[in-house]
Parts: sequence; C-alpha cells; structure tokens
Amino acid sequence: MAFVALADRDDDAHSHDPDTFITKYIWSQDHKVIAIQYAITAISVGLVALVLSLLFRLQLGFPDSFSLVDPTEYYQYVTMHGMIMVVYLLTALFLGGFGNYLIPLMCGSRDMVFPYLNMLSFWVYLLSVIVLMASFFVPGGPTGAGWTLYPPQAISEGTPGVDGGILLMILSLAIFIVAFTMGGLNYVTTVLQARARGMTLMRMPLAIWGIFVATILGLLAFPALLVAAIMMMLDHVVGTSFFMPEMLSMGTANEYGGGSPILFQHLFWFFGHPEVYIVALPAFGIVSDVLSVHARKNIFGYRMMVWAIVAIGALSFVVWAHHMYVSGMNPYFGFFFATTTLIIAVPTALKVYNWILTLWRGDLHLTVPMLFAIGFIFTFIHGGLTGLFLGNVTVDLPLSDTYFVIGHFHMVMGVSPVLVVFAAIYHWFPKITGRMFHSGLGKAHFWLTLLGTYSIYLPMHYLGILGLPRRYFAYGDTDFIPESAHAMNAGITIAALLVAAAQCLFFINVIWSLTKGKKAEANPWRAASLEWQTPDTPPKHGNWGAELPQVYRWPYDYSVPGASEDFIPQNVPDAYASTKDDK
Amino acid sequence: MTSNMTESQATTVQEGLQGFAQDWSSDKQTFHVPWGKAMMWIFLLSDTFIFGCFLTSYMNVRMSTRVPWPNPSEVFALSFGGEPIPLILIAIMTFVLITSSGTMALAVNYGYRRDRAKTAALMFITAAFGATFVGMQAFEWTKLIVDEGVRPWENPMGAPQFGATFFMITGFHGAHVSIGVIYLAVVAMKVLKGDYEASGNYEIVEITGLYWHFVDLVWVFIFAFFYLW
Repeated sequence: MAFVALADRDDDAHSHDPDTFITKYIWSQDHKVIAIQYAITAISVGLVALVLSLLFRLQLGFPDSFSLVDPTEYYQYVTMHGMIMVVYLLTALFLGGFGNYLIPLMCGSRDMVFPYLNMLSFWVYLLSVIVLMASFFVPGGPTGAGWTLYPPQAISEGTPGVDGGILLMILSLAIFIVAFTMGGLNYVTTVLQARARGMTLMRMPLAIWGIFVATILGLLAFPALLVAAIMMMLDHVVGTSFFMPEMLSMGTANEYGGGSPILFQHLFWFFGHPEVYIVALPAFGIVSDVLSVHARKNIFGYRMMVWAIVAIGALSFVVWAHHMYVSGMNPYFGFFFATTTLIIAVPTALKVYNWILTLWRGDLHLTVPMLFAIGFIFTFIHGGLTGLFLGNVTVDLPLSDTYFVIGHFHMVMGVSPVLVVFAAIYHWFPKITGRMFHSGLGKAHFWLTLLGTYSIYLPMHYLGILGLPRRYFAYGDTDFIPESAHAMNAGITIAALLVAAAQCLFFINVIWSLTKGKKAEANPWRAASLEWQTPDTPPKHGNWGAELPQVYRWPYDYSVPGASEDFIPQNVPDAYASTKDDK
Repeated sequence: MTSNMTESQATTVQEGLQGFAQDWSSDKQTFHVPWGKAMMWIFLLSDTFIFGCFLTSYMNVRMSTRVPWPNPSEVFALSFGGEPIPLILIAIMTFVLITSSGTMALAVNYGYRRDRAKTAALMFITAAFGATFVGMQAFEWTKLIVDEGVRPWENPMGAPQFGATFFMITGFHGAHVSIGVIYLAVVAMKVLKGDYEASGNYEIVEITGLYWHFVDLVWVFIFAFFYLW
C-alpha cells in the first residue's frame, strides 16, 4: 500500500475539470483563480485602509482646516487602517495570493493537494472581510482601540466601538484564522509532498522558501491570536476576567477582578512578531528571485539564503516581548528579548548582503519589477537599521509610542513589502494575464511611490526624536513641539496624498494592459524557474498539459558560461549545457 | 555552489548534517506518506499551539491571581455513601478516553487488513467511548454549575478565574472530542459501506486515529495541569 508521489502517477486526469463559468471563475478549485480572488479581495480591502489613512493624515497635517474626522473616528480609522493592512491585505496577499499562484507552478505541481479546502479557504477569508467591514455599519462604529487591541482599553466603556465594533473585529480575526489555517495547511503540504521529479527542496526558488516558512510561522503563531481573541470575547461578552483587572472605569468600579492585561500583550505579540515575518519572508523570497532574473546572475549564496530564512523564522518566535519594553514586565525579560532581537539582525543582514552581491557586476536590466526590487533593498535597509535602535531597551524607552516607531514600522513592514508586492505583480503579470504592462507608466509609478513614501516616513523619524507622540488626534500649542514640526506634519500629509494618487497609475496600468497590452511571450524575462516553462500562457487548468515537468537544476542558472543562451530553464537536462560541470 | 545542484551529485549520499539536510530535501516528496496524513500532522502541530497557549494562559492567571485557588481534590470529588473520593470522576473519564485510544489503534490495524466489519465496529466503540467522555464532562459541568455555583465570572470557592479557565479549556477540549466522535462515526459508516474498497486504501482510518490520539494526549496535559496541580 505504498503511497505514490504525484510526479510518479501515470493517471493525472483531473477529476474537477471546470466546465461552467461558475466552477471556472467563482466556485473555482483552481489555485490560479483562487489566487486572483484572494489578491483582488485583499487589494480592495487595502484600498479602504488607504483611504482611511488619508482621512486621518489630513486631520494630522491640517488640524484646523478640515473637519473630516472627529476624535472618535480618528481612533477608529487608525485602528482599522493598521489591522486591515497587516492582516487582511499583506498576509492574505502574500500567502493567499502569491502563495496560491506560485507554489504549484514553481514546484511543478498541478494544483494544491486539496483544492476543495483551498477554495473554502478563500470564501471563509471573504467572510472575515465582510464581517470586518460590517463593523463600519453597526451602532458605535468599528473599534478604536488601536490595532493592538490592548485590554482593558479595548473593551472598556468610552472606547469607540466598544458595543459592536470590537466584537466584530475579534470575530473577524477568528474567522480569518480559520481561513488561513485551511489555506496554510495546503501550502505547506503541497511544498513538502507534491513537487515535480527532480525538484528537491534545495532546488526550490527562494520565493517558495519564503512563502513556505512564512506559512509555517502562520500556522504556529495564529493560534496565540485565536486564544487571545477567544479570551477577550469571553471577557467582553460573558464577563470573565482573563485580561481585565479591577479598576475604575468612567468613575465607577468595573465588574471585573484579577485579570492580567499583560497576558494579552504576550499572547498578541507571540502572534504579532512572527506576523512581521509572515509578511517579510515571502517578500524576501520574491525579491531574491526578481533580483536574480533581472540581474541575469544566480542568487548569491543560495544555501545561506535558505538557512537565513529558516533561522529568521525560528528566531521570530523568541523575540516577541521587544514590543513590550514599556509594558511593565520584568526588566530581565528586556535583556533576553533585546539579545534575541539583535541576533535576528545577523541572518537578516546576511540576506541584504547577498542581494547586493547578487547585483554586483550583474547584467542589470532596469525593468519595472527590478526597480521595485532595488527600491525594496533601500527601504528595507533603512527600516532594518532603525529596528536596531528600537530593539535596545534603553533606546526604545524614550522612542516608544512616538513617530519614530511609526516611521520604522512603515519603512520595514509597510513600504518594503508593498514595493515587493508591486515588483511581484509587474514580474508575473505577463504569466498571469498573458499581456505585457505599460513600462513607462510602471516606471512613473515606481519613482513616485519610492520618493513619495520616503518623504512620508523619513521626516517621521525626526518627529519621533523630537518626542511627538503617536495616536494623538491634534497636538495644539505644546512647548516641546516647534513650529517646524507642524509644518513637517503638513508636508507628510501632502506627500501621502501624492503617493495615494500615484497608485492610480498602477490601477490604470493594470486595467489598460489587461485589454490593450501587448501579448506576452511565454517567458518575457527569460527566467529559468519552472513557472515560466508552462505549455500555455496564462497556464491552463492542471498547469502542465499531459506530462508533469522533470527538473534537472536549481532555478538560478543565468549567464552560465558555454550555454547557448544566458539562462537554462530548470526543466532542461544537463546535456543542453555540457560545459557547465567545468565551473 | 552550483555543482551540488546537478542531478548526479544530488543523489550521492553525504555524511553528517549535510546528509541529514539532503534526506529532508529529497526529490518529489519529503515524507513518504499520503497528503492527508501529512496535512493532519501539520494541523495537529498547529492545534498543539492553541492548547499550549490556553494552558500557558491558565497557568499565568492562576499564578498571578491574589485570591486563593480552590483545591482540586475537593472540588472534583464525588461522594459515595457519604465518603468523598477525590478525583474519582476524572479518573474514570481519563480511563475511558485512554481506553478509546486502544480501540482506535485496533481499528487502524484491522483497517489495513481490510477487515471492514471489525474496523467499523471498533471505530463505533471508540466513538461511543468518546461520547461517554463528553457525557461525563456534561455531568461534571452540571455539578459545578448547579451544585457548587461556579460560573465563568464568579466562583464561591475562590478565584473567579478558576471557573473561567475551567469552562473555557475543558469546553474547547470537549468540542474537540465531540468533533472527533462525529468524524469517527462518518468514517466508520463509509468503511462499512465499502466506500474505500475501490482504492483499497484505508489510510483515512489512520488519519482519523491520529486526530483521536491527539485529543487523548491533550487530555493528559489538561488532566495534569488542572486536576493534579
């Protein structure tokens, strides 16, 4: 009763071949369609979060000129912006979107191992988004507790959205975790168990390594959030006291007693810190592939890159309390967590060096995806270095809860992954749609986005060092805030408006290219990895036609001396480049 | 760097850590098991973290509360003829659940022998043990709620977190057992009907068993941390 690997099965007839419009595009079990469904949903909800950020940025930049938001709405919008961007946009887009699309294609599989579960994952995700959006329409509006949802504030009287908003937020997160688990089990099992012949783990593209390790992180980190969500729900609805201490609320003693608010912070950040790497690791992987393809050079130090991803993934579970230096936990913890936090900089720096060494003396093609990938290196180094400041307890204490944190966080986890998202969309657009995008529009989009985001977030570091606290509706006339800080705040808002407007270029480009774009060749970037070697562009259901591919090499054979072209696809046998062994 | 990527060298066995890594990164599939089994293992790993977080949170609130914690030997005692026997109900519940693991293991064995009747019978017995466990848990809850007056938000015997953590964690575990009972019954029905005869593949019995053993194993930890501490 030995189990036969997918690649060795004779009969690859697909039992769920779609035949109607509905099974093909709506209740689809095809990983490519599910990926696009995930991506469209995530980007749509991300646009909502973008608009929210513009609304509160207008308030912050011009506190006296606009009356678009009142203080309550300000907190609600800040909260929803953060949660949507981190969980519902970036996590869903990288894993549900790119993970779904790339894993079977890059591993040489026909689909995810359990397509029905995969379909279910998307629909449950959509449900979680609907529940989250519903909180805008309940009495009291969405929660305004800040995206970290710290109790006791999150469920105490007086916090915006304490009636329905916080419940819908918690419920939506729980549903999201269910959806993610269904998808995540599929991604991990597919990578482990359903690869093409010859596709060993050490021949997988780094994009898959990043997505794979990030998914494992998700499967182990989201449980902490689920548990925190269940306990907070019980505190709020049933009246238990897991997180709620006895305290005065609006002048009267509340009905709780003996709960530990710090317990929530531990649970939240045990999820929250790996979450940073759930977003970052797929970005690391994808950017490695994009850099290598467009530099026509193998990725520098492939094995080191793989082990760095694994090491970062493992370390990310022992650094969580560096978010809690000011929480009042035992100071000795701070020593431990500062140490682990600084250790994680080692594999991360290693990756940055390897990206730069990949570019060094490469044959750089400054295509749109390449520009975004190089832009990522800049923003990531920037955000990573300020991370070293905040990882040290003594430096973090004065900077905590200031704009320095906002600047750091948005550089490293906002701008950097989003640049990779754009790099990835531009890079795989020809394969996904079968059309080329407009290169000029793409380059304009890149420069406006890169320079614009820098002019948003660089000044924030300066504001933070001045001591400007975050989460304030308006600053008024305060002695320690000089006039220049107010002017800078206004400038940041103008830059934010420009960056948001620049994103229209992207959407115009996508929509225009879908119909009017030049027909794409099967492999326009002349890339070696497997997804570009499909018989059809865009790939059809089942991906590979009659026969599954056989893999003979790693995905980074570029500019191999003696080869007839400057790249050797993964599914081309050795004989094609017989001189290769001389290296 | 590239030389170890060629096919000829990927198949030569290397020593030490490199060989270890090479084995794991093997061709086509990493583990020589069906997809469903691999996925169940990974799911259980994830579920372990859920229970781990629950139990850690429980330990945290129990250690940080300033109100005395009720003595489990007294709270979970049953009286027979006026004589209280500590932990007797929980001992029976644990025994029932551990026994069900035994019948489950037998079911897996008969499954691989393609003995459909015995497999299904043993799975139904396992499910019955599971249902008995949930029934006894319901009895225990009733006793705590009705007789002792314990609520999630209050507890006449001491710390309110006692009721909160107890109902939450045993409830979450009880839900796992109930789902397991349904899962077992469905698979047993399909075994009986001969749904797996076409492929001759009875891995599903083992996969169901993995879940069931996991639920039992978690109970051992809940038992140790809740009733014995």
